[in-house]
Amino acid sequence: MAFFLAQFLTGLANAAALFLVASGLSLIFGVTRIVNFAHGSFYMLGAFIGIYLMEILPGAVGFWGAILLTGIAVGLIGAIVEMVVLRPIYRAPELFQLVATFGVILVIQDLALMIWGAEDRLGPRAPGLRGVWRIFGEPVPKYDIILIAITPFILFALWYLITKTRLGVLVRAATQDREMVGALGVNQAWLFTGVFALGSALAGWGGALQLPKGGADLLMDFNIIGAVFVVVVIGGMGSLPGAFIASVLISVLNVFGVTYLPQSTLVLMFVVMAVVLIIRPYGLLGREEVAGEHGQVGAPETPIRPYGPVGQALVAALLLGLALLPLFVDQFMLILTIDMVIFALFAASLHFILGSGGLVSFGHAAFFGGGAYAAALLVFHTDTPMELAFLFAPLAAGLLALGIGWFCIRLTGVYFAMLTLAFSQLVWSLAFQWRAVTRGDDGLVNIWPSDWLSGTETYYYFALILGVGGILFLRHVIHSPFGYALRAGRDSARQAEATGIDVKRVQFAAFALAGAMAGLAGGIFVFAKGSVFPTELEIAKSFDALIVVFLGGVKTLAGGVVGAGFMTVVEDWLTRLEYWRLLLGLVIIAVVIVMPEGIVGTLRTLWRRIRHTDEETV
Amino acid sequence: MNFLRRTVLATAAAMALAPAAGFAQETIKVGEINHYKRMAAFAEPYKMGIELALSEINEDGGVLGKDLEFIFRDDQGDPAEAVKIAEELMTRDGAVMLTGTILSHVGLALSSFAAEKGYLYLAAEPLADSLVWKSGNPYTFRLRASTWVQAAMLAEEAAKTDAIKYATIAPNYAYGQDAVEAFKENLKRLKPEVEFVAEQWPALFKIDAGAEVQAIERAKPDAIYNVTFGTDLAKLVREGGDRGLFDGRNVYGLLTGEPEYLEPLGDEAPEGWFVTGFPWYALEDGTPGKTFVDAYTEATGETPKIGSLVGYMTAQSIAAAIEAAGATDTEALVAAFEGLTIEDTPIGALTYREIDNQSTLGAWVGTTALEDGKGVMVDWEYKDPAPYMPSDEEITAMRPAE
Repeated sequence: MAFFLAQFLTGLANAAALFLVASGLSLIFGVTRIVNFAHGSFYMLGAFIGIYLMEILPGAVGFWGAILLTGIAVGLIGAIVEMVVLRPIYRAPELFQLVATFGVILVIQDLALMIWGAEDRLGPRAPGLRGVWRIFGEPVPKYDIILIAITPFILFALWYLITKTRLGVLVRAATQDREMVGALGVNQAWLFTGVFALGSALAGWGGALQLPKGGADLLMDFNIIGAVFVVVVIGGMGSLPGAFIASVLISVLNVFGVTYLPQSTLVLMFVVMAVVLIIRPYGLLGREEVAGEHGQVGAPETPIRPYGPVGQALVAALLLGLALLPLFVDQFMLILTIDMVIFALFAASLHFILGSGGLVSFGHAAFFGGGAYAAALLVFHTDTPMELAFLFAPLAAGLLALGIGWFCIRLTGVYFAMLTLAFSQLVWSLAFQWRAVTRGDDGLVNIWPSDWLSGTETYYYFALILGVGGILFLRHVIHSPFGYALRAGRDSARQAEATGIDVKRVQFAAFALAGAMAGLAGGIFVFAKGSVFPTELEIAKSFDALIVVFLGGVKTLAGGVVGAGFMTVVEDWLTRLEYWRLLLGLVIIAVVIVMPEGIVGTLRTLWRRIRHTDEETV
Repeated sequence: MNFLRRTVLATAAAMALAPAAGFAQETIKVGEINHYKRMAAFAEPYKMGIELALSEINEDGGVLGKDLEFIFRDDQGDPAEAVKIAEELMTRDGAVMLTGTILSHVGLALSSFAAEKGYLYLAAEPLADSLVWKSGNPYTFRLRASTWVQAAMLAEEAAKTDAIKYATIAPNYAYGQDAVEAFKENLKRLKPEVEFVAEQWPALFKIDAGAEVQAIERAKPDAIYNVTFGTDLAKLVREGGDRGLFDGRNVYGLLTGEPEYLEPLGDEAPEGWFVTGFPWYALEDGTPGKTFVDAYTEATGETPKIGSLVGYMTAQSIAAAIEAAGATDTEALVAAFEGLTIEDTPIGALTYREIDNQSTLGAWVGTTALEDGKGVMVDWEYKDPAPYMPSDEEITAMRPAE
């Protein structure tokens, strides 16, 4: 019994920092509707700034004072980020801001490396709180008890702020209907800045409070962000008590998982999230999102049409150029172009469900990597001929998408996104942990194409034909009756149902098709690289695709492809430089601010303005 | 001023890049691919080790009458990106061979790629056993002592005690799993009666240290085998120390004594653990190791890490191979690397074995202690890897037909 109690206390202590960070994210999302990927970065800043301040300020007063000041400092940084980066783009399409926050992550990572250096820092101990107290004979670290005691106060303080103060009333009003709050004369801009600063400060406090149990290092931003999103989603996006319950739930389950199922550490929380979302689609205490509640911000959208003669001629010229490329350039340029084509097809498949279907998937890498793994496993274990194994890639990915889609498609918005993320993590952990079959992160190597395809030039044409073929096929589907049905479901599910379209079934089919196309890209990928590793299934891979789709422009035809090409080229240039993450982050932020409709979308708007044509004639 | 120094270095590096293109024909280039951002704490000392060796080599007239030059590229820790960069380095930048990577999976991807395309790849830091054994190929050579060898050294020491019940804790990925497997196999061979009462698998860099410590304590082991490193190690040491997990128990730590992991622990470094590591501070005057440490400290203003040593020896190995080959084409270089012996490395003579392309670099083992508020290794010795390797027949059986 005493052992269980001790374990429970460990879980509660772990929940403290997690709750602080998660409550900040939940608050920011609730009010501004921004999915803030950079939240982990504020947590990391909190840890580094906390150590710095604790070194200056001596004694117990200095320690706790440093923690307090850290939150304020990180809050200020958050306010600056909000004003400089996010304020210009609130009117951009929904979720577009997450691209900007991704740029912020990159910038903060490199700045932290510049300022604090690469070495891990051990956090200072809390003065007078080293060692343990014994509870029923079980040792419990003193600082754990302090953390357990502090957390309810923080929850209470936040609860008081939200329910009892005028600021809280405004925040709650903005969470429910921000247009109305604006109409009633509240300065939304400052409200958003304030909430963002408070959310960042909470993350900073989380980073500083965990110091006596850990420290500061440059990987902690990515290491916590997954857990934080899981907590916020399980609790219900925007719900503070939900975040509290979820962080306790996850932390305590984790402790018991470590003891009774030690191998489960990679996936346990994602399994919990998947189960919760399947049973309660809006998290434990979340509110159902009414369709269109937050409205389509920005100008009303004109339906996408097939390209006119000019557009078609441009595409044809581009294709001709690609076909003749081997005559002009060296081998490496071909390899870079193969990478670009693979990425473009992957991005186009995501763009298909995201742009035309309105389904934001955070787990699309499951299908890319799934296809790659399907082909590689066949070659590796059964020596299947490459041609046959290759066909299996889109097939297996499509089947996987059918399976995952069956669970996910009933959800909408961010919850749909998070459930796809949970499933992609399950696929990842399968590849990572099932070493007998997948060789874990040693990966599957020596997966090379058949002899007739092994030349770089031959493989280039192979990749080009299949990649471009896949992209053109997706484009045709968008303009087919099926594509129109999909777009109808996106724009107005109710009206689409009324005209006889089974919206969920159409979305389900589109999701599977997108999965199969991502799998095709994965198939081309694995034979181009000769190996596949679980990295191809990681969250980061899904986000790569997501970011280029937004950068290229969601509400366009070519957004995914153009975004992928842009990103591949920019990355290839910048990674040669020492501080490439800083530069890449700044480039992304700049593109986002200058081109809030994405690259293609903004160019299209410019083109129309130059031609002085109205939208009907394009 | 860390920030200022870095900025100056970055500017200097950027300016150095510009004229390099103009003298393309006057240097011999080696392509170096690493995770400079993702694993900055490990990659930076490694790079400085290379740069130190390069300056020494080029002061002595370079190789084959030309300067030796490394082209450093960042692969973001992504195997696919590494393969792309490797292709560019070999076909466009005129590199004669490839080297680098810390993460084993990136090393394995490069190794497979090198064999397919017929490029030479010297894996500097990856520890995976399969790199030279199960997935070995004629084009891949490896410098560092592998997981198996280092775990076997610890198992040998563990077998001398009367501990029977062992608990293991290792990060939940290939390296951790291999390390536990190697320790178990070696220990059971030496001492069949041992049992393993708990196996803990925290996720890499996401350890829940309190829970792991409780789980190990619950199994009441006589001894503990630790494979965690970096921030995981720091948290484990803190929670375990506070909760008395290590009291009265033998602890064996793979890599725990390496300065990369021991130094950040400061005065909280564990005492009395038997570990593999790199006791640079205790090398004796007049030894080649001490000469390296002094040169490194003078050149960089920092104390060496194990990565510094590996980087230094990587550049030394490559220079020696090119010199021995007398040419820079892959076949000549591969032939030169097979059985290559370099006399004057920091550990003395170093050989690349013909049987599996693995170098004879061993490892330092010793006991951790606190001196002047810092963790150090005491009673240490440098161990040659040969006695800990599988037999030649076993290795030949493991390596795919060459």
